[in-house]
Amino acid sequence: MSRYFTQDHEWIDVTGDVGTVGISDYAQSQLGDIVFVDVPEAGKTLTKGDDAAVVESVKAASDVYAPASGTVLEGNAALADTPNLVNEEPETNGWFFKLTLSDPSELDQMMDETAYAAFVAGL
Amino acid sequence: MSDYDNGGGEEGPEIENELLPLDAWHRARGGRMVPFAGYEMPVQYEGIMAEHLWVREHAGLFDVSHMGQLFLSGDGLDAALEALIPADVVSVKLNAQKYSLLLADNGGILDDLMFTRWDDGIYMVVNGAVKYDDIAHLLDHLPDDVTINHMADAALLALQGPEAVTALSRLVPGVEALVFMTGGRFTWQDVDLWISRSGYTGEDGYEISLDAEHAAAFADALTAEPEVRPIGLGARDSLRLEADLPLYGHDLDPETTPIMAALNFAIGSKRRREEANFPGAARILAERESGPPLRRVGLVIEGRQPVREGGTVVDQSGAEIGRVTSGGFAPSLNAAIAMAYVPPALAEIGTVVQLSQRGKLHSGTVTAMPFIPHKYVRAGGPK
Repeated sequence: MSRYFTQDHEWIDVTGDVGTVGISDYAQSQLGDIVFVDVPEAGKTLTKGDDAAVVESVKAASDVYAPASGTVLEGNAALADTPNLVNEEPETNGWFFKLTLSDPSELDQMMDETAYAAFVAGL
Repeated sequence: MSDYDNGGGEEGPEIENELLPLDAWHRARGGRMVPFAGYEMPVQYEGIMAEHLWVREHAGLFDVSHMGQLFLSGDGLDAALEALIPADVVSVKLNAQKYSLLLADNGGILDDLMFTRWDDGIYMVVNGAVKYDDIAHLLDHLPDDVTINHMADAALLALQGPEAVTALSRLVPGVEALVFMTGGRFTWQDVDLWISRSGYTGEDGYEISLDAEHAAAFADALTAEPEVRPIGLGARDSLRLEADLPLYGHDLDPETTPIMAALNFAIGSKRRREEANFPGAARILAERESGPPLRRVGLVIEGRQPVREGGTVVDQSGAEIGRVTSGGFAPSLNAAIAMAYVPPALAEIGTVVQLSQRGKLHSGTVTAMPFIPHKYVRAGGPK
């Protein structure tokens, strides 16, 4: 399994041609208390950069972009009742959706964990 | 990921923000500073949800020094002020505080404000984002006999919550005797304080004006009390939303009249209504009689997703018939709530209205406000 990050603070874990997408610990800390997450439904086709999900904190709403193109396999149903999973376990159980990648080469443009940590340190 | 809605900020163009007298104090305590009303202000410390609930249970210290503190004095002040605001200024007694509105000639709201009669004039607190506009308006319209002093060297702190009285009276004995919307002069370690029992959270609490140079020491003393934590602007916004307290620049603006804003109490004096000599009186009194074209209401949103400022109220065909002016998640209610302007036919409690936000429809139910009951300590009430 490999993990990649975008400059917009999404992460994607890739196993075979399936990616699991969430937002980084840095992103959740910036958003504060998360009260609602709108995740995409299975079967939805996404192109890299599309609005894929909405995450709402007490104060603000934010779009989550698709870090790669593909077809949604499932949204994380647990977030409907416990959106604060994104605050508590952003890079594990607080994932947003899984998708089947249509163009894995898109991952080449993304950062690995080390590069992302350096990127965040510079913000 | 990207934010597209800050739900309550007032960021203007990229200009240098001023620093609050307590700027270093906030940063030292982990306050996350954001631009608001021309200042760098703390939006949160530990988190909006926890801070909000702390204020409802205990006491929170807010730095509201961005607001404009003015002192007006001079011959004929009461009558001159009545020409600009609808309040019954003449009847306001010493140390009594009133809420009022600065009105444009057409009855639109230029700002909302609090004023208090001091022994030598009138002390007024106006919104930070428009304070210079307010001062210009007052200078233009008040006679030369009236002097306006912008108390730019004064800080303003708000201590809010059910334990505010316990904490503050330990430092400043006597404040427990004040009732809602009254104030007085006090001292703390030789520092002069003006303290009123008021605020903008719906809770019991106080607002404290003092020289900026003493603000950090006083804030240290307050937060050393076990009941008190520093609270950011984020929780101030969610608290005031639950308490049916409109925010200028969002729920109130020059397109809005006091009747549209459901602030009828601000036109409460029979004498002033009969004299009908405040700005926009003809329009405002006609709306008071016959109803305004739109009216501010509270909404509870179905589901947990907030509908925020910028969302619209739509009819069956999807056409815009009203607008959401404040919205967010209410920590005390564990629900999404909003303030919206709707046609009078939809303003009845229990009416379900359709809302549109970013291409998605939501439904909201018109709900009595305040969403959370006020806990003000009023004259003659239980102590």
